[in-house]
Amino acid sequence: MKKYFLDIFESIRTILIGLKITWSHLFTRACTVQYPEVKWELPERSRMRLFNKIEDCIGCGQCVRACPVDCIYMTTEKRNKEEDPWFASDGTPIKLKVTQFDIDMSLCCYCNLCTYPCPTHCLVMTPEYEFAVHTKKDFLYRFAKEEPSVMSDPATPQPTSN
Amino acid sequence: MNFFREILLEQLPGFREFPSIVQTFLPMLLGCLVCLALVALFPLIAVWLERKVSAHMQDRLGPMRVGGWHGWAQTIADGVKLLTKEDIIPKGADKLLFKLAPLVVFVGGFAAFVVLPFSDQFIVSDLNIGILYVVAISSLGVVGVIMAGWASNNKYALFGGMRAAAQIVSYEIPTVLAILTVVIPVGSLSMQEIVKAQAGGVLNWFIFQPVTFFAFFIFYIGTLAEVNRTPFDIPEAESELVAGYHTEYSGMRFAFFFLAEYANMFLVSAIAVTLFLGGWHGPWLPGPVWFIFKSMCLVFLQMWLRWTLPRLRVDQLMYVSWKVLLPIAFVLVLAAGTIALITEGPA
Repeated sequence: MKKYFLDIFESIRTILIGLKITWSHLFTRACTVQYPEVKWELPERSRMRLFNKIEDCIGCGQCVRACPVDCIYMTTEKRNKEEDPWFASDGTPIKLKVTQFDIDMSLCCYCNLCTYPCPTHCLVMTPEYEFAVHTKKDFLYRFAKEEPSVMSDPATPQPTSN
Repeated sequence: MNFFREILLEQLPGFREFPSIVQTFLPMLLGCLVCLALVALFPLIAVWLERKVSAHMQDRLGPMRVGGWHGWAQTIADGVKLLTKEDIIPKGADKLLFKLAPLVVFVGGFAAFVVLPFSDQFIVSDLNIGILYVVAISSLGVVGVIMAGWASNNKYALFGGMRAAAQIVSYEIPTVLAILTVVIPVGSLSMQEIVKAQAGGVLNWFIFQPVTFFAFFIFYIGTLAEVNRTPFDIPEAESELVAGYHTEYSGMRFAFFFLAEYANMFLVSAIAVTLFLGGWHGPWLPGPVWFIFKSMCLVFLQMWLRWTLPRLRVDQLMYVSWKVLLPIAFVLVLAAGTIALITEGPA
């Protein structure tokens, strides 16, 4: 009998404690970020969209080999020796003309493995993350400035790939 | 009814020349329209409020987009969405009962609004058995809930319907006993008489009287269970029963259940205000403002409890009703009777 009344008082007490907690949270500032208006500052070295500064690319193809999902397509042409020598911004001579440098961001797994071997640091991950598009084709980013004479094999991604 | 009749007499010049049947029914129609407007409008506000309250209690913001200022139009948008949705009736469902159930639930809540005393004048019908009528007509909702659960031909819906029946019938008893503790000192079942008995200051409200103070809490817990609000929402426990008795409902039929739930929230709060919190009595402001303000405070309390407490188990639910609330309610009724006997003498 004593326990019966104690239980009732205990339940009332605990309900009041709970109500107090929720009441205090009613007036604490919400932690919601109103996304399009307010954005979080991304942490340093966030891995978002890839960018290739094509002027510095020497066409070594190390990124292509490093990519675990093969989403970088590259075609190069040998430069004529009589032409003026080109140099990347860090002084590396550019002996190959990159005629195609396509990255399919829909395949990219954001592992960052392609940027490490890049000798001229021209392939980097940018903090840009708002790049949703309407068709899958638009995820193919073309960085090369000139049209290649021959496209590397899977240059255009198929809309329906398994 | 006289209130609406007088309004019509003032506003409608040729009202006296109308045929007598029109003179009888037009005030009724007006009263019902006012109630319907309230029943339709209140959920719009309450759903928004509930989402806001719940969000802020969880340190979120809730709807913020639709309509500009803090997403005030979110509920309207949701209502339009529900209206335009496909109306699906399951193949194995009992079609007649399936279609009837939301209406029964809604009508049960709506009809009780007729006796709510918004002010000394503003009451659609001051029945002399007002509170009994409320208890009777709001129990109609249980029938609708069982109908919905049965007609859906779905195990979850049936479980929800059965649970709702068990719960609402169980909690009706302590609730009605708590009402009795008010009815005994007042000596009347009329809603207006109950309010008038609490005239003259806050201390005359029944919540500040010794016996009815406890009765208020029993009434409040009981009504909380009757309108299936958390912590008593086991008839529609999402984590166990999908959505309980309205699992198979979609579109406008679902909206009717939703509407009825929120209308019932206001209804039980309004009855609690009438019985215990002095009804429309209050200083400076007109009666309806006080009445709705007090009711909204209790509605807020319902939301507050919902977002604080976890759901009860079925056995705990029955324990609270039959072994805690009911004995206390009996003691309170006895105490109220004894006090009435001492103060007023044997009738």
